[in-house]
Amino acid sequence: MDIRLSECSVAELGRLLRGRELSAAELTEYYLERIERLDPAVRAYISVLADKARIRAREMDALLSAGAGGPLTGVPAALKDNICLAGAVTTCASKALANFRPPYSATAAEKLLHAGAVVLGKLNMDEFAMGSSTEYSAFFPTHNPWDLARVPGGSSGGAAAAVAAGTAPYAIGSDTGGSIRQPASFCGVVGMKPTYGAVSRYGLVAFASSLDQIGPLTRTVADNALVLTAIAGHDPKDSTSAPNEPGDYSAGLEEGARGLKIGLPKEFFREGLAPGVEKVIRDSARRLESLGAEVGECSLPHMDHAIAAYYLIAPAECSSNLARYDGVRYGLRAPAADVIDMFQASRSAGFGPEVKRRIMLGTYALSAGYYDAYYLQAQKLRTLIRQDYERVFAEYDVILSPTAPTAAYRFGEMSDPLSMYMGDIYTIPVNLAGLPAISLPAGLTDGMPVGVQFIGRHFEEALLYQAAFALEQSVAFTERPALTEVD
Amino acid sequence: MAYGDRYEMVCGIETHAEMATKTKIFCACSTEFGAEQNTHVCPVCLGLPGTLPVLNREAVNLAIKAGLALNCEIATVSKFDRKNYYYPDLPKNYQTSQFDLPIAKNGWLEITTDAGGGKRVGITRAHMEEDAGKLVHSGETITTSSAGSSVDYNRAGVPLLEIVSEPDLRSPEEALAYLTSLVRILDYAGVSDCKLEQGSVRFDVNLSLRPKGRADLGTRTEMKNLNSLSAVRRCLEYEAERQAGVLDGGGQIIQETRTWDEGREMTLSLRSKEEAHDYRYFPEPDLMPLRISPAWVESMRRALPELPEARRERLIGLGLSPYDAGVIIADKDLALYFDEALKTGPDVKTLANWLTSELYGLLNARGESLAACLIKPAALAALVNLIKQGAISGKMGKTVLEMMASTGRDPEDIVRAEKMTQISDAAELSALVDEVLANNPKSADDYRGGKEQALGFLVGQVMRLTKGQANPALVNRILKEKLN
Amino acid sequence: MSISAAEVERVAFLARLHLTAAEKEDYARQLGAVLSYAGRLRELDLSAVEPTAHATPLFNVLREDAPGESMERELALANAPEAIDGFFAVPRIV
Repeated sequence: MDIRLSECSVAELGRLLRGRELSAAELTEYYLERIERLDPAVRAYISVLADKARIRAREMDALLSAGAGGPLTGVPAALKDNICLAGAVTTCASKALANFRPPYSATAAEKLLHAGAVVLGKLNMDEFAMGSSTEYSAFFPTHNPWDLARVPGGSSGGAAAAVAAGTAPYAIGSDTGGSIRQPASFCGVVGMKPTYGAVSRYGLVAFASSLDQIGPLTRTVADNALVLTAIAGHDPKDSTSAPNEPGDYSAGLEEGARGLKIGLPKEFFREGLAPGVEKVIRDSARRLESLGAEVGECSLPHMDHAIAAYYLIAPAECSSNLARYDGVRYGLRAPAADVIDMFQASRSAGFGPEVKRRIMLGTYALSAGYYDAYYLQAQKLRTLIRQDYERVFAEYDVILSPTAPTAAYRFGEMSDPLSMYMGDIYTIPVNLAGLPAISLPAGLTDGMPVGVQFIGRHFEEALLYQAAFALEQSVAFTERPALTEVD
Repeated sequence: MAYGDRYEMVCGIETHAEMATKTKIFCACSTEFGAEQNTHVCPVCLGLPGTLPVLNREAVNLAIKAGLALNCEIATVSKFDRKNYYYPDLPKNYQTSQFDLPIAKNGWLEITTDAGGGKRVGITRAHMEEDAGKLVHSGETITTSSAGSSVDYNRAGVPLLEIVSEPDLRSPEEALAYLTSLVRILDYAGVSDCKLEQGSVRFDVNLSLRPKGRADLGTRTEMKNLNSLSAVRRCLEYEAERQAGVLDGGGQIIQETRTWDEGREMTLSLRSKEEAHDYRYFPEPDLMPLRISPAWVESMRRALPELPEARRERLIGLGLSPYDAGVIIADKDLALYFDEALKTGPDVKTLANWLTSELYGLLNARGESLAACLIKPAALAALVNLIKQGAISGKMGKTVLEMMASTGRDPEDIVRAEKMTQISDAAELSALVDEVLANNPKSADDYRGGKEQALGFLVGQVMRLTKGQANPALVNRILKEKLN
Repeated sequence: MSISAAEVERVAFLARLHLTAAEKEDYARQLGAVLSYAGRLRELDLSAVEPTAHATPLFNVLREDAPGESMERELALANAPEAIDGFFAVPRIV
């Protein structure tokens, strides 16, 4: 075949499969071979489910040959390793769950399987999704395909790196404070954090329940809309799942940027934003203007406090969510004389330093005498942040902002927790407000990709895709990591 | 010397009642008691990673009903919170419970004190929460178990209603009266099966003493997980004496959680590595809040069955003595049986009498429960009618009742087949009386001369002639008429 | 701001973590730094602001009381570090 399959979009692959120009078995072998060749350097995968994928591909071929199947049928995919897949080890990149085999699949995974996906494997991440570089995986760090000396971002670093390296056509990640969008930005791919409640959280191993959301990482905006359409929708197993049925997120994709009112929050263009990143954002704003959008300055006055609120709320929820890893029902158990010792020994051996740090922080924030000062105060700030966005969205359709203050940094560069946390400044407020946001590559700085972020009103993912698609077509970001040139 | 001479007891009780839903509070596993270990479990109630709770509507309905039955205000907005603590029977190491917005609060229930007066016991609040699993210890008790323990999570996630009383109870007897009344209300309201022997209701009691006449409260101790009313009573008696002993000796009560050792009949300090509890409550992010509309509350009020006190009043209104009414409402099955039997219109007092003394005595003797009894309510009512109409005598009735209990046959069938009908025909009896008077002139004269007991002899003669089938009351009357 | 060693130990015990001496020292410092940063929230007067627990609030999300399937016990115990006679097994409690 003279087409470079790793360059094909998900939609194209689907067409080739349905046209029977390509079999799912061939496509799966192609990706398994690429994983075998490229992943030893990138290390995006924690586990590769080669045998299962091959069997599944043959099943999908049978379906396709019978004329059945949809746009995703037979197209391989990979899941972040905090998304449960029945029978497959789901580790959350933690020693605590190194051998955990869930007897159930996440609803998003089930929907994906229902849509005909062939799951290639489970992807690396920061342990329990806590981190921004994938350096906190308990097993190994993932490398940025653009520069192996740099981090891929995190916590969905494996997902972004696999899509960037062309070792998965698309991936499913999770985003609590930027964990889809920031690695998407670092790796030059498209990442969507949908509205809280748009995709079921059932089977997503919880980090911070009121913030976590599953979303797709893809190479193109159109692919992203396609995948989100497959995984979104109400789930009676998740009480926080939105009751409204989403439509087809791809429907309005090509309607263009003309007439869109786009706000640029002035608070996002201050110290800390790398000049190379700012340039890409400003360029994007000009492009959108040239496409007929109205771009204006807006204000989100409480953004300075968002990180403080987030680093109280997320650790508080995490300290409670991760209490269950005690060595009784599943997961790591350390030998001990009595139950309390066992709890302590198992948890101390099971969790890495960042997870422990956040558990400590959250436990402290919730403990007697501090609840009002920290947790409650943070929940109140959340109200102000939500109101900030409401005011902006009364005037603007979408917000354009950086995704991360810098491009991907080098391993070990971000050693101080607080400065690592500050890197989430553009993504965190979105989770606090439960809004949808997408990051797409819009340029390079020093050879590394830079993502821009569109933020929209609750459940207006379609409008984000429309804006992002318009920008994507204008930018025509065709650069690829050198590593992926081999085929 | 009993503590009561010098001290007044101040006691409050937290009651944990398993609600009578078919499924657990946050998942579709069965709540049925007695299944094999770890067979009523699923990823949700085992707290497996990534699983999420979804609230059972019926649990909320029952909690609202309980709140109404206990004269509480029902919250308009209620929510769940996580109570964080580590214990191996708690699958997530937090209990999903309710902290600052319980479903019901500020209620009361009325008890009758030993002195015979009425007293309102305040209900601080009632809230929903999930039960924990069950630990099976290899040793005899938790404190003596040296080897490991085993965990069964069948009970984990069974919906509980925790009802917190005000510290209004002043004696073990009042505590008992409160719990008896509370359990009965929950049972009648259908909130809980209240099967204490299966551990479906458990009690935590708080107790402190204060010198008589003082208003301020002493330091309290808490005894957790008592599972019978008698354990509560014995525990309170023991602990009050223990505290009195400490106070008498000039000592101080340590605020602590103690355990009631059923075998040794004493409370023991539960010293654990965990000193002060710090539950770190925060709003449960996996569940959305409840908005309880007045319409919802009203529909629950309408669905509420007649409660024990209303039923007692009604029975007294029907003509029962307060004592009989009390006996009947003390047992929900008995009360329902009584109501069912009433439908065919028997004499109320006779029915009550036959139900509470004759049938109950018979069931006791036979070791049967009312539920398993072959005598259906309508059949008992029919028997009562036969007696009341004079068709059979009370003595015959007892024989018929026994036969009904053994065979399940209708009383009419038995009376017919056994030819037990009573002769109540006045003309027929009048002829027989004439015959007896003619044959026994001396006895007739004796009676006329003032010997009352001669009448008994004459009645006996009529009974002999009829092989015991004559209606004795009627014979009596006819004899008297003819002799006077 | 740094939090005291005793505070770190208290919190570690609440969270059932054993910490090494080095970890205790690190956490005292790092937690102190994050908390003093978080302390900026106290600069704001939020007394009149309602807290937000969920950004997209829903109410009365309920399921009907209809029994569903439980798991096979074997499957329930499949991930258990130790299981005996159909129970999850743990070391002694006290």
